[in-house]
Amino acid sequence: MDVVAWMPFIVLTPLILSAVVALLPGRFAPWGVSVIVAVVITALSFWVLGHVDETPIRYAFGQWPPPIGIEYRVDAANAWVAFIVSAIALLALVWGKASVDQEIPERQSVFYALFLLTLAGLLGITLTGDAFNVFVFLEISSLSTYALIAHGPDRRGLLASFRYLIMGTIGATFVLIGIGFLYMMTGTLNMADLAERLPAVADTNAIRAGFAFIVVGLGLKMALLPLHLWLPNAYAYAPNMVTVFLAGTATKVALYVLLRFIYTVFGFEGSFGMLPLAPLLMTLAIAGMVVGSWVAMFEPNLKRLLAYSSVAQVGYLVLGVSLVSVVGLTATFVHLFNHALMKAALFMALGTVMYQTGSARIEAFYGIGRQMPWTMSAFAVAGLSLIGVPATAGFVSKWYLILASIEAGHPWLVGLILITSFMAVFYVWRVIEAAWFKAPNEQAKPVREAPLCLLVPLWLTVLLNLYFGLDTRLSLGAATRAAQTLLGSF
Amino acid sequence: MSDNKILRIVARFLIPLIMLFALYIQFHGEYSPGGGFQAGVVFAAAWILFVLIFGMDLGLAVIPKRAMYVLMLIGVLIYCAVGLINVIQGGAFLEFATLLPNPQAAQQAGIVTVELGIGITVASAIMMIFTKFAERKAWLDAVEEEAP
Repeated sequence: MDVVAWMPFIVLTPLILSAVVALLPGRFAPWGVSVIVAVVITALSFWVLGHVDETPIRYAFGQWPPPIGIEYRVDAANAWVAFIVSAIALLALVWGKASVDQEIPERQSVFYALFLLTLAGLLGITLTGDAFNVFVFLEISSLSTYALIAHGPDRRGLLASFRYLIMGTIGATFVLIGIGFLYMMTGTLNMADLAERLPAVADTNAIRAGFAFIVVGLGLKMALLPLHLWLPNAYAYAPNMVTVFLAGTATKVALYVLLRFIYTVFGFEGSFGMLPLAPLLMTLAIAGMVVGSWVAMFEPNLKRLLAYSSVAQVGYLVLGVSLVSVVGLTATFVHLFNHALMKAALFMALGTVMYQTGSARIEAFYGIGRQMPWTMSAFAVAGLSLIGVPATAGFVSKWYLILASIEAGHPWLVGLILITSFMAVFYVWRVIEAAWFKAPNEQAKPVREAPLCLLVPLWLTVLLNLYFGLDTRLSLGAATRAAQTLLGSF
Repeated sequence: MSDNKILRIVARFLIPLIMLFALYIQFHGEYSPGGGFQAGVVFAAAWILFVLIFGMDLGLAVIPKRAMYVLMLIGVLIYCAVGLINVIQGGAFLEFATLLPNPQAAQQAGIVTVELGIGITVASAIMMIFTKFAERKAWLDAVEEEAP
């Protein structure tokens, strides 16, 4: 078994089988094949993750040599992101069967085909070593994401999807314009090749403009604060399984691409010297943390609440980047994983309640804690992880973020991280309070505990949150190697 | 528009030519301007002209919606199958050189097959898009008639 020959199948498996899934009849077969795909790519990406070291794994498509042809280039950073994406896809699929059956009773083959296309797009963005290929896969994943969001049971999902389409297209166009500028100045699209040729022309307005376009375009895609407006409604009105998947993956992949451009393509000195990137990112990250948490504190729709919390979490991720150190970047990479785990668990818990009650409004959660104790306990534990209580995954990422802030000479950031964590306590507590301390709504029909097919994957995800809060060998080890690879690559 | 004799006769004369031209673009794409995408669009344009003149019902009798849907996916699968055959023969994905002993002939065979897949997908996707828009128009008219 040759790891290089099998690596591209992380992308090819979902890409090819999405066309097959679209032809399958009924409700079980499309889901079954999708789960098999997710298992295969999770195993493959875990295997690849174990094989990345100093030299990246390279695969040239059609055996065309890299500067001309398209190559996949996998090092510790993108192997880690690919593993996160495929693992979250697997969790979402295993959990989502009952939820999708309820929300999308018909034409599930199309839905699962779109899901696999999104997955292939996100993984393609992650693994490719070609700047234009990034844009192509960005469009593949975005277009299928818009269609997935429009599948939501609420008709407002159509509007949310349309707004995301407008914003996402602007973002992707900006990325394309940026890549166009780079191509114009260097004549190459291969990232490694770009990195070699860019320093010679770095001091030109075209390159500066290109860099700015790429940063803003990817900022839109990852919902960095002033560009986050598409995210809350897109998450809120998408089918629950899609929300679970997107919340853990879509914005993270955009962040990874930004890191790839900052550190590999433009190089450390190139990017941080060209624009005041570190203060810029830090300001936006802090604004995102505060504003996202603040809005989440008063949001009556719980899916939107968690979506705004995601805006705040993107702030944490970018804060780690803006500290410009190995520890900071490690915090970002470990939070990529931990946040994917905790948000997946939280959205799963919400989705499980919605499966029984059909509403995400906070009023629908009154008294639900006694009717669905297992689901709401899972929500509570995942909420603790979101807050960052010790012995949960969230604590590990906050701890590293705090270490990085102190190391970088910004001790005041520690206070800020604590304040936003308290805001998280507040908005998680609102849900707990509604579920356990409020009397059930009298008009609402009493509901029973959710079926096991939803509860078991939910609790599995919650236990993973606890596990990775105690045993950080996998998460922290991979994150450290990813950070070192990116910082060592200039 | 089917009551206009000139349109009917000219369309009958033109549609086969447009389709032939589409096939010409398709199978000369590897060494002259053209290829699967352009050929697919031109081919679908012939069908759209047919629908405009002779009506949607006849158009869908020629190629039902389910057939468009399946063809759309089969085109993608043809493309991917070529790549997978290369992998099975020990090359990289889409390394056409593994297909035939003669490297030039292998490249040609590979790219023509891949372009055929693209052509089928693009043609059926454009027909599908046109059908969806046409159906929406019919649906909107029906809604307007119902509303006072």
